[in-house]
This record gives sequence, structure tokens and C-alpha cells, in this order.
Amino acid sequence: MKKIKISTTINSKKYYLDINPNVTLLDLLRDELGLTGTKRGCEIGECGACTVLINGEAVNSCLVLAPQIDGKELLTVEGLMAEGKLHPLQQSFMDHDAVQCGFCTPGMLMSSKALLDENPNPAEEEIRTAISGNLCRCTGYVQIVEAIGKVNK
Amino acid sequence: MSTQNQHKIIGKSECRVDAWGKVTGRAKFAEDYNVGHQLWGKVLRAKHPHAKILKIDTSKAEKVAGVEAVLTAKDIPGSKVFGIVVSNQAILAEDKVRYLGDGVALIAAKTEEIADEALSLIEVEYEPLLVVTDPEEAMNPETIKIHGDDNTFVHHKVRKGDVDKGFAEANFILEKKFKTQFVEHSYIEPEAVLAEPAEQGGVRVTGSVQNLFSTRRSTAAALNLPLNKVQIIQATLGGSFGGKDEAMTSMCIRAALLCLKTCKPVKMVNTREESMLESYKRHPYTLYYKWGVKNDGTITAMEIRIIADGGAYASMSPFVTWRSVVQATGPYYCDNVKTDIYAVYTNNNYTGAMRGFGSPQVNFAIESMMDILAEKVGKDPLEIRLQNGFERGAITATGQNLEHNVSLKEVLQKATAEINFQEKWKKYRSEPNTQKKRGIGLACSYRGVSLGAEGTDAVGTIISVQTDGSVIVSSGITDMGQGAQTQMSQIAAEVLGISMDRIQFLNTNTSRVPDSGPTVASRGTIMGGSAAKKAAEIVQATLLTTASEMTGLDVQSLELKDNYLIDIESGQRLASFNELAAECFKKGRPTYGFGWHKSPKTSWDEDHGQGEAYFTWVYGANIAEVEVDTETGKVDVLNFVSCHDVGKAINRGAVLGQIYGGVAMGLGYGLLEEFEIENGIPKQLNFDEYSLPTSMDVPKIKAIVVENEDALGPFGAKSIGEPANELAAPAIINAIYNATGKRIYELPANLERVLLGHKLVRPKERGSVLKEKDIQAAMHRAVYELLPDGTFYAEIPGLQGVYANAKSLEECREQLQEVLEKEVA
Repeated sequence: MKKIKISTTINSKKYYLDINPNVTLLDLLRDELGLTGTKRGCEIGECGACTVLINGEAVNSCLVLAPQIDGKELLTVEGLMAEGKLHPLQQSFMDHDAVQCGFCTPGMLMSSKALLDENPNPAEEEIRTAISGNLCRCTGYVQIVEAIGKVNK
Repeated sequence: MSTQNQHKIIGKSECRVDAWGKVTGRAKFAEDYNVGHQLWGKVLRAKHPHAKILKIDTSKAEKVAGVEAVLTAKDIPGSKVFGIVVSNQAILAEDKVRYLGDGVALIAAKTEEIADEALSLIEVEYEPLLVVTDPEEAMNPETIKIHGDDNTFVHHKVRKGDVDKGFAEANFILEKKFKTQFVEHSYIEPEAVLAEPAEQGGVRVTGSVQNLFSTRRSTAAALNLPLNKVQIIQATLGGSFGGKDEAMTSMCIRAALLCLKTCKPVKMVNTREESMLESYKRHPYTLYYKWGVKNDGTITAMEIRIIADGGAYASMSPFVTWRSVVQATGPYYCDNVKTDIYAVYTNNNYTGAMRGFGSPQVNFAIESMMDILAEKVGKDPLEIRLQNGFERGAITATGQNLEHNVSLKEVLQKATAEINFQEKWKKYRSEPNTQKKRGIGLACSYRGVSLGAEGTDAVGTIISVQTDGSVIVSSGITDMGQGAQTQMSQIAAEVLGISMDRIQFLNTNTSRVPDSGPTVASRGTIMGGSAAKKAAEIVQATLLTTASEMTGLDVQSLELKDNYLIDIESGQRLASFNELAAECFKKGRPTYGFGWHKSPKTSWDEDHGQGEAYFTWVYGANIAEVEVDTETGKVDVLNFVSCHDVGKAINRGAVLGQIYGGVAMGLGYGLLEEFEIENGIPKQLNFDEYSLPTSMDVPKIKAIVVENEDALGPFGAKSIGEPANELAAPAIINAIYNATGKRIYELPANLERVLLGHKLVRPKERGSVLKEKDIQAAMHRAVYELLPDGTFYAEIPGLQGVYANAKSLEECREQLQEVLEKEVA
């Protein structure tokens, strides 16, 4: 298979990559770049565990082919911390008991970051809508919604 | 008496010990483990839900470049089957497949793609057998047998008093049938393991395993190795809910077999489809409830008969159904009880442990019956429960005297007061018919804590204070997201007088902690926590003895608090915890504590169905307020109240989290979720078809935590994991009745059941069960012939025009079935 050359920025780091055209972004992140914080749950865009931000927009990385990120800027859960400090969203998830098994957490954080970047003080319904593509089997979403709502309060 | 104010750490919403790793992406789940030169392991699964295996030809697969091993059952050196109670689950099917998830062969290859290609080249010849999908049909002596000579493999009973006498005393009889569905655990993390050859022989497996010790036992038996040569390490677990037990045992054994065969690390990861196809589910129950009742609402007799679909293997069915038989009457007085529960084999997915463990099914029936009874005698749902509900000193159906604080009425009163239940219930039932109708429903339960008389119940926890005052804790109890590590850490921190940030918790490793049984039955806090308390007390004693020598003060006048050694009288800080730890090291004293906790005695007489089933019990009450769209059947849950007596909340935030999550899962059970199997073939294999509650479906939930401390739990704590999950469905079903006057007897209450009162049957051409059975029966009569040209010919005697001719027997059989299906359609 003929490889494709792309350049992209992931978590503020520039990457020049030579990739197979049939690789999904999820596989590229996890298997080739070792960024395993992004999770594989269903591979059909239903569970949201693989959510990352592409140019600030939340997407399911299992539904994106890696060549599509050429020239784009990505953020994964590993890029949320800055200068050794937790992002306020991460801190809020910890403070409000929004984490149980933690498998949905990276995707939840990315979907809610996209929301808060657009809308710093969302209403509860807006929060619930923003994370409705992220399945969580542990928490019943209550403390996650609370954590997101209190980030900027 | 509450001691809440004295505690520094117990009862607070301390941050989880594993939260930092989980919000930063550092937490390593099983699929995140990779090592150099690892191979990919893959499983070839059954092609028929029930068939004899005539031949397996792996020769073509073996020739694929990059394939390093192809294994079948004959390559298993030790036990070819496993199972906690009945050892009959095939690691790889040898002579027969019993459900579609059965594994037939294994491949280890350099890449996943090569493994997939090789899988497609394995040729298996089957002789399909009749497929048994209905558990009541399976009990018929005429029905084909799935194992041995009887499809019924469990019969538990409870006998109390004399039901005939009880029915004779009754003014009327209530008799109803209920049905529940298969439910998928739906942990968001699919199963994964990495098996590596161990340096001194044997194997080390890191995986998403809930119950490490039973997995180790079965892996060692399959590999013919002693237990010390099989090390099972728990990776951070992405949810389990009872589901990563046998499903993981089979994956661990298979990866270990490939690993030892190739002497290379082998990684196995299930896709969601493989996971849903192979994994076990929550048991569907058919429940027949017959109550004798007096006009005043007193229950004079309960006769209960339950049939559980065990699916293809025994798994946990004997234990799950045992909890059901013990709890089948609910927390209600009744002198005459006769309960029988059966588990039977079918060719459906096998069924096993899932959060609730036999209680969600019976609670649905009991709590529906209670509302039916209330209606009959003209009482409201709260009145009827207060009238019949247990109090301290009640004798249960199994003859157990409840001597602890029986808080059933307390939780009922607190829950109903919170939402103004009685007033709303009366208002909603008399409202005129409109498109959208509101309703409110109540359900309550009692639940035995921990394993009970099911088995050995003991746990070990280890605490090791380092020379700098930092602390390492490990336990045989595993954390799968419920927060067991945090609870045990809080208990250790409380006893040692230190802050939580000093504690590092190690994931469970079977070679480093003693066999502590499974982490099930909501026993993590009460058992693991008790062991943690004992371990911490051992270390505390060493620290205080050393402190006494250091300061010349009496041990009784010293305490450990806020990371310091304190003189109790003056409140003066005498030394830091770090200095004290260093002093112990200097003196050569071990700041290491091993705590072992064994549960109090329980008993069970299987013949008479009587005994002290559980050493303590918990009580809960749930209320759902719903809105039903009477034109579409859609049910929205608007408000929810969940009240539970947990004994003592070790971590308040975690208890709330368990309650919210339990309600959400219970809502799925009541309204949305159903894993459908038609003639042995699962219809949902991913989350596009299997609907889970999303953030838009889960209502506002008011959690009320009642704390009646129990002397048998650490700091009075009992449990919450399963209680939180077992009441939402009946509360919702009762609310739908309150709104519409229609009672749902079959879960889930999806659109069609609410609107039409029954499930929609799929269009004929998709193959109804009956038609499928006819086809199977006809296929069974097929005659095959090897023609002189080497091809196979098949026909079905009596069916003109139904014949096939192909190169291989398997192809010929498939063609024949296609022709037959077209003919029948």
C-alpha cells in the first residue's frame, strides 16, 4: 500500500508522518504514536470513548481516516495538562467525583472542552446535549454534568 | 450512634486515588499494554448455535506467512473445560458447539490482519443440531440435551410453613406471570489481555480481569501449571458490573495457551462485536407468582416458581439463582412460602453474574405484585408496604432472624416524603386521559450483603509504610471503577492519621496478595475495608509502641492525627509521621501490616431451603416519576428518588456515584435494554442496535443516604453497588401503571409494550423462531451423498425440489439450507 505523507500538530507538537491511507485516526494515535489515552470502545462512532478535538471540534477518531488530519491541529487527553498543571476541567472532574472506571473520561473531557471553548457557561441542558454522544455506564452522568457546569463558576 | 464528627477522612468525598491517572490519560487499561515482538491472538468462533463438530482442518491457516501458532482443543495440555461450580465450559469446543460465541480454534500471528486472514482459512465441518432457545421447552424431557442427560441443572427451593393452609386462609388469590430479558453488561472497555512468558517458566497475564483468583485457578488447570507459575495482573478496569469474570477467564487461558506455544507475548483484544457475541448476559427469568391474600392486605401464602435461562454453560447460574430464591418473597411477612427456582441450559448466550445478581428479576415481580395487591385491597403503595414490610426481629422466608437495624420503613418514609409520593400518586391516577400522562411509582427491597452462604468469604489487604512515611496499599479486592481502592485507602488513612495523598494503591496481582475470592456481591467495602482496617491497626500498633519509646509517654496517651504523632492531653505535636516511620526502620521494626478478614458465619440447608443466608442485610427504596406519551408509548423519567441505608458512607461522593449509576443502569433495564437472541443468533452486537441510556435519558436523581452503622462493617459500612441497581425498573413500571392504568409484565417497557401491550414480532421473512425451528428440523432430516466425481449431493426426503450439490459437505449443507429457506418463504 502506498504511504501518504502528512504533517499535523498534535498536543502542540509538530508531527511529520508517513502513513497507510487506510489507518483510522484512532489507530494512528494509539498504535503508532503511543497516545493510548484516547480509548477504543465500539469503532462505529457510538460510544464516544475515542473523542478528540480536530481544530477545536469534537470528533470520534474511529470514524476519521488518518490522512484527513493533514495540516490540522489536534488535541487529545494527553494534551490537556499545561506546564505540569491540570486543566480546570480535569480538576473539576476530580473534585466532583465525575470519574469511576475512567474509560469514558478522556472522551468526556474532550467533548466538554469543545463545549466550554464555545460556551463558557452552558446551561445543564446544553451540557447534557454536548456529552450525549459519550456513553458512560458507571456514573449516570450526574456528577459529570455537575463537574462540567462548575468549571467556570 | 454516629461517630461521624470524630472522623477525619471517613465519610468525606476524598478524591479517588486513581482519578489523576484517569483524567490525564495515564491510566493503563488492558489494551494499552504493548511489548516488543508481541503476537496477535484471535479466536475462530462457532458457525452454528448448536452443532456437532465433525472435522477441523487448520492446514491452510498454518501456511499463511506470519502465522506462528494455530491451536484447537487437542492442544490444551490440561483441563479442557472450566467453571466455578459446574466445570463444563469449553475453552475451545472439541466435539460440539453449544452457542454462537463458542471458540473453536486459536491463531497467533504477527499482525491482526494476518490473524484475520488465517482465521478465514480454517475449515470446520459441522453437523447442525436442533437449537434450543426456550428455557421451558428445554426442561421438557423430549427436548434435545445440551450437556449430559438433563437440561435442568439447578433447582433451589425455600420451604416455610404450609402454602396449602395459607391459600385456604386467604380471601383471594393473586396469580401473575412476569418475564425479564437478556441484558448486556455494556462495560465501555471491551475485553483485552497481554500474556507474556515468565522468566522462571509459566505465564504472566495482564488483563481486564474482574476476578483474578478464579481466572488464575482455571488458567493453571488448563496449562497444567501450579498456581505460582501463573500470575494474573489486573490492568485498570474499564467497567465490569460482574461481566469480566468467565469472559476473561476464557480469554486469559486462550492467550496463555498461545503464549506458551510460541514462547512470545500474545495480545488479545475483543472488538465490540466479538465481546457482545461471546460474553455472558444477565439471566432472563420467567416468574410465576401466586399469593394468597386477605381482604385487609395481609399475605397468607406465596408460591413462587422461577425458570432462569442459563444459556450454554452453567457459569454463575447456581449462585445467581440462589440469591433469587433467598430474596424471592421480598422484605415482607408471610408465614407460608414455597419457592422453586430452576436454571436450564439452552443454546443462547450463557448467563452469569451481572450487578444485582438475581435480584433485579425477582424485585421486578415482587414489587409489581405489591402494587397489584395494593390496588386490589384499596390501599396506596406506601401503606401496603408499611403494613407488610419487615422490622427488626422479622423472620425471613428462610428462617433467618433479622437482628440488625432493619431500616426498611425508614428508607420508605424518607424516600416518599422527599417527593410527596402519596399525594402525587393519588392525583396522577385520577387525572383525565390526555396524550401525555404523568405517573409515580415506588419499589423497595432488602438485600443480603456479600457472598452469604454461597461460599468462602475472606479477604486480605496489605499496608506497607515506607521509611519516608509514604504508604503502599494492595488488596485481593479489585477496583473496576466502583472505588474499592479509594475506600480501602480512606480506611487506612483514618487509622494511621495520615492524609490520602500519601497513599499509592497497587493494582491486584495474584502473586503478591493472597486469594481473597472474587470482587462481587457488593463485598468490596465491607470485606476489603475490614481487612484494610485490620492491616492498618497492626501498623498503627507498631508505630505507637515505637512512639512510646521515643517520647517516654504511655501508648494510651498518644495518637496519630493529621500526619503527626500527637500527645492527646496537650494536643501537642511530638513528631511527624515521617520521623516516626524512619524511627521504626532504625529500630528494625516492620511497618507492614497484613489484614485478613473472614466474614461471620452463615448457613444453608439446601434440602429444606432454610438458613442464615447472609450475615447482614441492606434496605433501599426507589421512586420514579414518569411522563408517558400515550400516542407513541414513549416513557420519559422526569424525577427519581433513590434512598439507601449503606451503614456508613466511607466516601460520600463515591456512594452518590454508585447510586446515580445504579439508577441509570436500572432505567436501561426497565425501559430500553434488551439483548435479543433469535434461534440462537444474537440480534445486537454493537451500541448502534443495543441502546444504553445517554445523558439525555437519565433524569434528575435525588440520592438519600441513610447511615445506620452496622457492627459487622468497617466504621459501620455495608454496601451500595448492587442495591443501587436493583429497584429502578420496578419503580418505573409501577409509575407507568399509575399514569396509564396498564401494567407491564415483561421487561423492558419499550414503546411497543407500553403502547400495544406486547412486543412487535419481526416480519416473517427475517425468520421467526417457529419457522427457523421448522427449517432446523427439516435440515436434520437431510440425506448427504458423496458422488463419484468427489462432490457432495444432498436432499431432504419428502421435499421435492429441495436439493444441493457442492464441492464440500459444508458448502453443500449451506446450499441446501438456502434452497430450503427460499422454498419455505
